[in-house]
Amino acid sequence: MSDEVISEINRNFIYQLTEKGKRIDNRAPNEYRPIRVEKSVVETAEGSARVYLGNTVVLVGVKIGLGEPFPDTPQKGVLTTNAELVPMASPTFESGPPREGSIELARVVDRGIRESGTLDLEKLCLEEGEKVWVVFIDIHVLDYDGNLFDASALGALAALTNTTVPASRFELGEDFKLPIMHYPIACTTIKVENSLLVDPSLEEEKVACARLTVTTDENGDIRAMQKGLGGSFTLEQIKNIVTSSQELAKVNRKYVLD
Amino acid sequence: MGENIDLKLMDEEGRRIDGRKFDELRPIKIEANVLKRADGSAYLEWGGNKILAAVYGPREAHPRHLQDPTKARVQCRYNMAAFSVMDRKRPGPDRRSVEISKILSEALEYVIFTEQFPRTTIDIFIEILQAEAGTRCSGLTAASVALADAGIPMRDLIVSCAFGKIAGKVVLDLRKEEDNFGEADVPLAIVPRTEEIVLLQMDGHLTTNEFQEGLSMAMKACKNIYGLQREALRKRYSTVIDKNEEKEKKEEKKEKEEVVQ
Amino acid sequence: MDNVEKTADSSNGNKLERELVIPGDHLSEEDLKSGMGTYSDSGRIYASRLGVKNIRAGYINVVPLGGRYIPRPGDYVIGSIIDIGPSNWLVDINAPYPAPLHVNEVPWRVEFGDTARFLKVGDTILVKIQNVDEIKRVHVTMNDHDLRRLSGGLITEISHSKVPRVIGKGGSMITLIKRYTKCRMFVGQNGRIWIDGDAKDIMIAVETIERIEAEAQVMGLTDAIKAFLEEHYSLDARVS
Repeated sequence: MSDEVISEINRNFIYQLTEKGKRIDNRAPNEYRPIRVEKSVVETAEGSARVYLGNTVVLVGVKIGLGEPFPDTPQKGVLTTNAELVPMASPTFESGPPREGSIELARVVDRGIRESGTLDLEKLCLEEGEKVWVVFIDIHVLDYDGNLFDASALGALAALTNTTVPASRFELGEDFKLPIMHYPIACTTIKVENSLLVDPSLEEEKVACARLTVTTDENGDIRAMQKGLGGSFTLEQIKNIVTSSQELAKVNRKYVLD
Repeated sequence: MGENIDLKLMDEEGRRIDGRKFDELRPIKIEANVLKRADGSAYLEWGGNKILAAVYGPREAHPRHLQDPTKARVQCRYNMAAFSVMDRKRPGPDRRSVEISKILSEALEYVIFTEQFPRTTIDIFIEILQAEAGTRCSGLTAASVALADAGIPMRDLIVSCAFGKIAGKVVLDLRKEEDNFGEADVPLAIVPRTEEIVLLQMDGHLTTNEFQEGLSMAMKACKNIYGLQREALRKRYSTVIDKNEEKEKKEEKKEKEEVVQ
Repeated sequence: MDNVEKTADSSNGNKLERELVIPGDHLSEEDLKSGMGTYSDSGRIYASRLGVKNIRAGYINVVPLGGRYIPRPGDYVIGSIIDIGPSNWLVDINAPYPAPLHVNEVPWRVEFGDTARFLKVGDTILVKIQNVDEIKRVHVTMNDHDLRRLSGGLITEISHSKVPRVIGKGGSMITLIKRYTKCRMFVGQNGRIWIDGDAKDIMIAVETIERIEAEAQVMGLTDAIKAFLEEHYSLDARVS
């Protein structure tokens, strides 16, 4: 319960700090918390990664199955992304069917991967209009201390990069690595009063009035965006966020590539 | 279960497919206090199982009509991650996980001093991240470590393990193939100090003698697993205490030296 | 404020016998009575909680290493308003149960239905646990010396079991932090700490408290913390 209401005292303190360009955990406004990515952590998954972003922990598993293509893309494999905010991760997460929070999370991660053409889906077609490989990305949030978007997107990409399509298990030829074309990285910035902070911690998220996630690829091109929360950004702020997201994505991409 | 297939579950020398003897457990690793947000948590690897357990509470039960004015409700939620099994599992509860959650809640409730926290719930979340037979036993074993880690008052920890029957022989701790093609599976859980049984299920076919043989084998194994649970908690919490003792000794020594001088 | 320090400190007076126990552990063969964190079964005493074994005045206790704060009458705690009724406020005190604060228990004259004018949701207050009934309903009061609505500064949270360490023997630790940081501080028994001062000093105070929490069981902690603060402030002095 105390999680839903942030004390006025702490709200004002965070405001006071941001005015001076400071943050409650001593970070710079454009500084990420420490990031750690562990790959191949679940053997039952065809690909997996665990991401630590400060105290936030997200586990992403990729499963591959057989299915039918969508009628409008008969020659392409299918990609689906699902997120579970399991109640273990926060006292405010509840059991039950996915709520809007987890659906938004899954869709933002999905767009980053889909719209950037991360996967060469045509290579996942077995019989046009009949049989294709289906890639399931499942995001399991284990410990929630803010910024699930970036942690999940990073985890999804890391898991995809170590996914093997188990063709031999289905007697459909040799196993092969998922064809990865691009490396999109999500970067989330929040607005607190008139300051911009990247990679918000939970406490900062609670006082944010607006949030913007910008996903950029290895060329610096913008591949997906999502603005959230009840506040607004100025045009100038949006431009600044895009620039800093491109820069930060360059740094964070390294955690996936090695 | 009980189907005849071409898989040999035990060789002539009594060795199982992973080389274990009939009364041998799969490797087990337990770690306490692994999550930040939860009030208590534990991570457990048991053979091919990878499991996280977390505890929240006691906290006020919501909605109100769920409050029991005499005691805390113990609510366990067993959940399998979509990627925890070979064929992707649809997220969300199914009949199997609802049943498992119920019996695990009941087993844990027995050791918790629920009367100390009327009108609350103690929530235990078990996430199966990777499954390979015996997840309910592994989950329960992890959950009781998480409860102790959360500072919940309890009579004792709970330890769980299964025995079964493969190739006509009673064995401990079935792995996946043994569970699928064996003749019986009996998960159980005990209160180690009193040896009371708080969880027992069975499917398959056993003679009375086989059942008794398996029971005593599982009891013995539970005692060993209990040692690992204790070790996990000690490892997490006694380092700070040991450090103290060393320092205390040093300080005492110093004092003595000063006296001598 | 002094009251809080005294109450918390008394529990730290005796030297602890530092033996880690786990629920179900048999505690002693001696003729002792079953105290906090223990239970007896067939005349034998066992630990009911993870903690450190402690024998005092004929009782055997387990001092818990964690767990939630359980309110005791007389405790001073920091609460936050989470709901408002016509004649009371609901206060989250970091315990299993929120506690109602009745209009008769505040230092102001509040007409029926006028509660929101005095305390709003999100406000932070210093309160005393007045009583806890048999079904653990908790009532809090602001009718005591120095109890008030807090404003300014920062609220940080630690495990309530570490509160005695933050206060220190005879208030030594908290005095030390206050002296260096020049912050005003209040440590609630429920693990919430209010710190007010210059933003930079507040941040150092928070860092110090985090450090105490992490190393709460270490002996000679006061010296280590003193060195830590010394380093911070002498460095700052050199820079400026």
